Amino acid sequence: MTDLITLKGVNKYYGDYHALRDIDLTIRQGEFFSLLGPSGCGKTTLLRTIAGFEEVTDGTLHIDGKSMKRVPANHRPTNMVFQSYAIFPHLSVAENVGFGLRKDKRLKSEKDKLIAEALEMVGLGGYGGRAAHALSGGQRQRVALARALILKPKVLLLDEPLSALDKKMREQMQVELIKLQREVGITFILVTHDQEEALVMSDRIAVMFEGRIVQMDEPEVLYRRPKDRQVAGFIGLMNFLEGKAGSHVNRAAAAPTKPAPIEVAQQGFLNRLRSQVGLAKPEPKRISHYQSGVEVEVAGLGKALVPADQIKAELHGKPCVVGIRPETLAILFEGETTDRRVTEGVVDEVVYYGDMTYYDVRIAGVEKPLTISMKNLIGRPVLEVGAKTRVAWDERALVCLAP
Amino acid sequence: MNPLRIYAIAYLIFLYAPILLLPVFAFNDGQIIAFPLQGFSTRWFAELWTLSALHDAVGNSLMIAVCSAIFATVLGICAARAGARHKWPLKGPMLSFIMLPLVLPEIIVAVSLLIVFVQVLGLGLSNWTIIAAHTLICMPFSIAILNGAFGNLDPSMEEAAMDLGETRWGAFRKVTLPLVVPGIISSLLISFTISLDEFIIAFFLSGANPTMPVYIWGMLRFPAQLPAVMALGTILVTLSICLLVIAEYFRRRGLARAGLKDTGGFL
Repeated sequence: MTDLITLKGVNKYYGDYHALRDIDLTIRQGEFFSLLGPSGCGKTTLLRTIAGFEEVTDGTLHIDGKSMKRVPANHRPTNMVFQSYAIFPHLSVAENVGFGLRKDKRLKSEKDKLIAEALEMVGLGGYGGRAAHALSGGQRQRVALARALILKPKVLLLDEPLSALDKKMREQMQVELIKLQREVGITFILVTHDQEEALVMSDRIAVMFEGRIVQMDEPEVLYRRPKDRQVAGFIGLMNFLEGKAGSHVNRAAAAPTKPAPIEVAQQGFLNRLRSQVGLAKPEPKRISHYQSGVEVEVAGLGKALVPADQIKAELHGKPCVVGIRPETLAILFEGETTDRRVTEGVVDEVVYYGDMTYYDVRIAGVEKPLTISMKNLIGRPVLEVGAKTRVAWDERALVCLAP
Repeated sequence: MNPLRIYAIAYLIFLYAPILLLPVFAFNDGQIIAFPLQGFSTRWFAELWTLSALHDAVGNSLMIAVCSAIFATVLGICAARAGARHKWPLKGPMLSFIMLPLVLPEIIVAVSLLIVFVQVLGLGLSNWTIIAAHTLICMPFSIAILNGAFGNLDPSMEEAAMDLGETRWGAFRKVTLPLVVPGIISSLLISFTISLDEFIIAFFLSGANPTMPVYIWGMLRFPAQLPAVMALGTILVTLSICLLVIAEYFRRRGLARAGLKDTGGFL
C-alpha cells in the first residue's frame, strides 16, 4: 500500500482557539480510515482541512504526492459526503448525481450512463427522475454517496454520514459502505463520534481528543491495547482498578508453567486412536500464559504479570491504572469450574439486554463495582441483586495505563 | 355571538370599509362624493386617459419604483447572505441598524434626506434623490424577506457544489441563487409596491416632476377631479393586492421547493 495522504505538523487556530495540534498522519491508498472522537475534538476540522474548506495555520498537507497549499476544494482529488447530505433540493436525483460532471466534456449519453451506473451502485437504480427533496434520509445519503463517487475521487471524505439515520438503517448502511469501499477501492476517510461504528468499519482508526491524535491503530489493537486511560474509556466499556507496578518476574525459572500434559488414558478410546494414527484435531491456538513480565499488584484481584513491552518504562515501580474489559471477566455460575483465577463478589446491579446480561459486581478492596458482561447461554440463570458469586479473570486481559 | 368575534368584525370593517368606498364612488355617475349613488359609469376611468400630467407622474413613479426595487433587493441579497454565512464584530447591532428605517417616522427620514441632498451634498432634487430614499426605506423589507430565504439554506450546500468542482461564484449561481429566486422575486415585488405608493418622502424630495401619489394629492384640491382620483385609487388598490399575492405565492413556493417549514412572511 502506498501513502496517499500525508499531514506533517499540522496546526489550526481559530483566533485563539487551537483546533488542531501537531497532527502527523499518513493515510494509505485504499484504506478505510476513521477519525474518532467526542464532539469538538477537531475531527471534522481535520476532515474539512483535507477537503480544502479550511486552510491550515501551519504544517503541510500532501495528497498523492502533491502539496495542497492554496489548492481550493474544487481542484482537490477529494469528494465529500456531508453530514446533512447537502442534496440540492431544486434538482432531480439524476441532476444531483450528475452535478460534478457538468464541466465534463463527454457526451450526454455517456454521462447518463455514468449516472445510471452510480445510482445502481448505491441501490437507487431507477430513481433518477425523482425530485431530490422528496427522498427519505437513507435515500438522500445514497444520492450523496453516488454524487461523490461518480467523480472517481482519490479520497472520499465522510462527515458523520450515518448519524442522521435510525439504528437499524445505520447498521445496514455500515455494512453497505464497507462493501462499497471494497468494490470501488477508493480511500475512505470517515469522521464519527460512534466508537462502535469506527470499530466495525475501519482498517485503521485515529482517536482524537482536544485537537490531538492520541492513538492511531487497527481496531483490534485499539480495543485490546489502548495507550491511555482516555482512549480506553472512550472505546467500549472498561473497568478501571488501581494498581502498582512492581519488579520484573520470571515464572519459568520459578516453576514449571506448562500445564502437565493430559494423560492419553483420560482422553477416551477414540481420541487415543486418532492421535495414534495422526488424525488428532490440532489444539486450538491460544494466547499462552505469560512466562515473564512486570508484576502488578491489582486492587481487589491480587498480583498479576504484565509483559514488559506492554507497560511503559516510566510506570515501573509506580501507581498505575489497570483496565479490564467486561467481556474478559466471567461470572462463575453454580457448578462451573475454571482454570482461570477467581475472586469472590456480590452482585450489585443487573441489566438485562436479551442476548447479554451486564452485571455490576462488588469485590472486596475496590470501591467501584466491576462491570461484567455475560452471554445468556441456554441453561444460564440471570442472577439477582445481592447474590454471592465468583468472578473469573485472566491476567492476559489486563492493560496497565498511566493514572 | 362571541364578543371577541364582534370585535374582530368591527375591526376589519374599520380597516377596510374606507378602501371599499373607493371602487363604489369610482363607478358612481356623479361628481359629488356622497350618497345616494347616481348610477353606474366608467367615465372617470376614461377621464384618466385624458390627463397627460397624470401619465407623466405614473411614468415617473414606475421608473422610481423599478429602480428602488432593484437597488434595495441587490443590497438586500448582499446583506442577507453576509448575515447568514459570516461572522464579524458588531454583526448584531449592524444588522439591526439596517432595519431601523422600518420604525423611523418617514417624515423624519424625508426632512433629513432633504437637508443632506440639498444643503450638504448640494444636489438638485430629481428622480434619483427619490430613488435613493426609497431604496433606503425598502431595504428593511427586502432584508426581512431575503433573510428568511438565505437563513433557511444549508451552508453545506454551496460547499458541496464547490466540492463537486464549481468555483465559489459558480456554486452561488448554480445552487444558492436558484433556491433564493422566489425570495428575490418576492422582495422585488414588495419593494416595488412600497415605492410606488410612498408619499411623504416623494413629496419632500421630488423636483419638477411629481410622482403619482404627489400628483394625486395635488388633484385633491380640485373637487371636479375627485371621482377620477377614486378611479385611480381603485386601480392602485387592485394592483397592490395582485402584486402582494404574487409575492407571497413566490415566497411560499420557494419554501416548498427547498422542502422547508413556513416561518412567517407578510401575508
